[in-house]
Amino acid sequence: MERLILFVYQNRAFFTFLALEIFCAWLIVENNAYQSTKFFNSSNGAVATINSFSQSVRDYFQLSDVNRILAIENAALRESLELERRISYSDSALPLDSAEAKRYEFISAKVVNNHVDFVKNFITIDKGREAGVEAGMAVISPLGVVGKVKLSSKRYSVVTSVLHIDVMVSAVLKRTEHFGTVQWDGINADLVEFNYIPRHVAPLKGDTVVTSGYNAVFPEGIMIGVIDEVTLRDEALFYELKVRLSQDFRKLSFVTVVKNNLQVEQDSLEQVILKLDR
Amino acid sequence: MSRGIVIQIISFFVYLLYQVLILQNVVLFHTAFCFLYVAYLLVLPVETNPIVLMGIGLIMGLAVDMFYDSLGLHAFACVLMMYVRNYWLNSLTPQGGYDSNDRPSLAMNGLQWFMVYALPMVFLHHSILFFTEAAGFDMFWFTLWKIITSSLFTMVVILIAEFLFPTRRQR
Repeated sequence: MERLILFVYQNRAFFTFLALEIFCAWLIVENNAYQSTKFFNSSNGAVATINSFSQSVRDYFQLSDVNRILAIENAALRESLELERRISYSDSALPLDSAEAKRYEFISAKVVNNHVDFVKNFITIDKGREAGVEAGMAVISPLGVVGKVKLSSKRYSVVTSVLHIDVMVSAVLKRTEHFGTVQWDGINADLVEFNYIPRHVAPLKGDTVVTSGYNAVFPEGIMIGVIDEVTLRDEALFYELKVRLSQDFRKLSFVTVVKNNLQVEQDSLEQVILKLDR
Repeated sequence: MSRGIVIQIISFFVYLLYQVLILQNVVLFHTAFCFLYVAYLLVLPVETNPIVLMGIGLIMGLAVDMFYDSLGLHAFACVLMMYVRNYWLNSLTPQGGYDSNDRPSLAMNGLQWFMVYALPMVFLHHSILFFTEAAGFDMFWFTLWKIITSSLFTMVVILIAEFLFPTRRQR
């Protein structure tokens, strides 16, 4: 025993090294899990304050872009408002079910920190639990999908970006209505892969890809991007499609968090089915 | 507390804030990152206890990780680099050995020695960092390319910093 203690003492540097590395590895694994350590991330107050200071400087360089996008969004909203008004004048339209009408709530937020160059990218936004943001909610921008809330503190939240190799988004090819999965390959921040479109479909370059609404996170029909490259290998079952993202993630500045009020209901229903299957 | 330690603590925060406020936004061609904060770890005094070194590496790594949302990654790479540092320094002992309170800096030992010392350390740090981040060797060549360009970029910035603010001897 004495010898063992002596041995450990003589090699204390090595054992400290080992302990620290195991600690760090544990942190990495833990952080990759869906729900992770609550404190040491960029939604922590002090860190987020410094980040939002840094972002406020960057904001000046993005002002013209932000203005343009807001103007486009305004126009689109006005158009849909007009459409809504016309529908409500006609008698044939039935009033929507109140649960369905209030299905989605939108919370506007500002990006305070954003990465696109890593393999696993995260975005920090300036709305947290106080504003009603909770883990698992969808995050979109006027131009397209952005990601999913990973965790939120009182006033800030960390969002797993679509540019994260483990994130999958259920998507649909708008023209033919075939659905598949969008996932990033970790290399180019402009392109994502669109998988599981079977051989008999004929996707074309320029086809629009939108969210499918199957997984209860993203609302249906949110723009993801347009197909940029179509490859079909001889032996492959599915197409290899590259989708150019409609939202340039390098220029992200304002986003909208989507709260799905029926998510719990849809998920619990699907859980029952999954259990029955087993 | 001696004056040296106070200066060390201040420069810790200077390097950290410079990293997260400015260099976090500087990514050349979306491949070359700059992690200047490793320079702080590299030029810590030669005679620092390895356990203290690893402790400082851990704290610096965790602090950077909080801003990059990559908890554990930088800390892992830093601790490993700090463990290797003393062995590497011993094998590079200049003629006449190190004085007490020497710092392994450019101003103390000259450009050539500093390059031989720092470049492999930076390369090691970046390799661990990027391969751990990519969670394996799936994108080996792309990750390697990132490592090489980032190491060179970081090295150039470290050299500039070393020329501008030469660190001599701890008083």
